[in-house]
Amino acid sequence: MLKGRHLLDPMDFTTSEIDEILELGGEISKNPEKFSKACQGKILATLFYEPSTRTRFSFEAAMLRLGGQVIGFSEPNSSSVAKGESIADTIRTIACYADIAVMRHPKEGAPRVAAMYSSIPVINAGDGGHQHPTQTLTDLLTIKSLKGTLSNLTIGLCGDLKFGRTVHSLIKAMSRYENNKFILISPKELKVPDYIKKEVLEKNNIEFLEVERMEDVIGKLDILYMTRVQRERFFNEEEYLRLKDSYILDKAKLKGAKEDMIILHPLPRVNEIAVEVDEDKRAKYFEQAKYGMFVRMALIMKLLGVEVC
Amino acid sequence: MLTVNSIKNGIVIDHIKAGLGIKIFKMLGLDKIDSAVCLLMNVPSEKLGKKDIIKIENVVDIDLTILGILDPNITINVIKDEVIVEKKKFELPERVENVLNCKNPRCVTSIEKYIDHVFYLVDKEKGEYRCMYCDEIYTLSEV
Ligand SMILES: [Zn+2]
Repeated sequence: MLKGRHLLDPMDFTTSEIDEILELGGEISKNPEKFSKACQGKILATLFYEPSTRTRFSFEAAMLRLGGQVIGFSEPNSSSVAKGESIADTIRTIACYADIAVMRHPKEGAPRVAAMYSSIPVINAGDGGHQHPTQTLTDLLTIKSLKGTLSNLTIGLCGDLKFGRTVHSLIKAMSRYENNKFILISPKELKVPDYIKKEVLEKNNIEFLEVERMEDVIGKLDILYMTRVQRERFFNEEEYLRLKDSYILDKAKLKGAKEDMIILHPLPRVNEIAVEVDEDKRAKYFEQAKYGMFVRMALIMKLLGVEVC
Repeated sequence: MLTVNSIKNGIVIDHIKAGLGIKIFKMLGLDKIDSAVCLLMNVPSEKLGKKDIIKIENVVDIDLTILGILDPNITINVIKDEVIVEKKKFELPERVENVLNCKNPRCVTSIEKYIDHVFYLVDKEKGEYRCMYCDEIYTLSEV
């Protein structure tokens, strides 16, 4: 049962619960009209303690498309929070007005604190560099919708694999489905942390490969998940210059890729995907944003226990 | 060597890491109880080199679970009529509240002062605990 639950960590839900959300998300994506009144009379509160326009719009659009209403703040300066109100008091008050709450907070674990004091479902919309579970759901629905499955896939993750939590969550989530393989493309300074390799990949006997250059492996991939590599993350300038182009996807590199490979990116991108790639039919990162809204619609419905016949 | 009479009834907390005895003495509030109590410090020990020992006369109902966190090597003997009736070794508790503090500056506990600091055991052998809020992992030997 997902009704009344919180979503704080991408692993809070079992695969069958996630599948339930993805199934509904898929249905919504095919026929959004049918769900336009699903949450009529319901209110979503968006509590954004730091600005994140993209994520907030996605949640607000999701609720509005379900026929619900939205209240909230987009930065703490303008609210009672600025006067020093505790998270516990804020959520207890909000729970009197709204049916479900979304929280973005710079401190790790803040949404968990809110959940402890909340009588309504709380969704973590990013807590510092800690967790961002609806991004993971977005990635899963995108993959499932575009590839038709979450199994038997070779997933290439490219860029900063050390600090990117999105990447870690996606590896954990995709590891729960059968027969997936990972190709981890990053400079050696930005490799996936050991605990992911040991506790997720090796522990579950999942095949993976670590490489430095995208060109060498792009032909094997069903999915290419791009992330940003920041210059500051390199230890020396020489390495940066030697490798920087390996982490920028352009038309030339795409020549070696499968026809049905899909390119994903959590957005916003900076320069890691050349603009010329946007017109390629394999570029799916804007569509991914759309699936992000659909999966949030599904999540809201499930947590509220709303159904449409 | 300094000797202290063995007790008839009570508890002996043994194999305390040298130096930790006085801290435990205070944590358990032994400076405030009526019974006869003694703290032995820097006693020679085969296993530890040096150790501390605490003996408490006539009292058996003190909550000692906190000791496992401080030092899992500690042993406890419950004594009745000069005979050891129970020897306890510590198991690290699965969940501890307000004993450890999260030191991660990015953790929500750094700003919301009213919440309990809660940790869950992740690795018994290594003595690793994870903060319930930020997932930061701490090893007991470092805290
Ligand atoms: Zn913490």
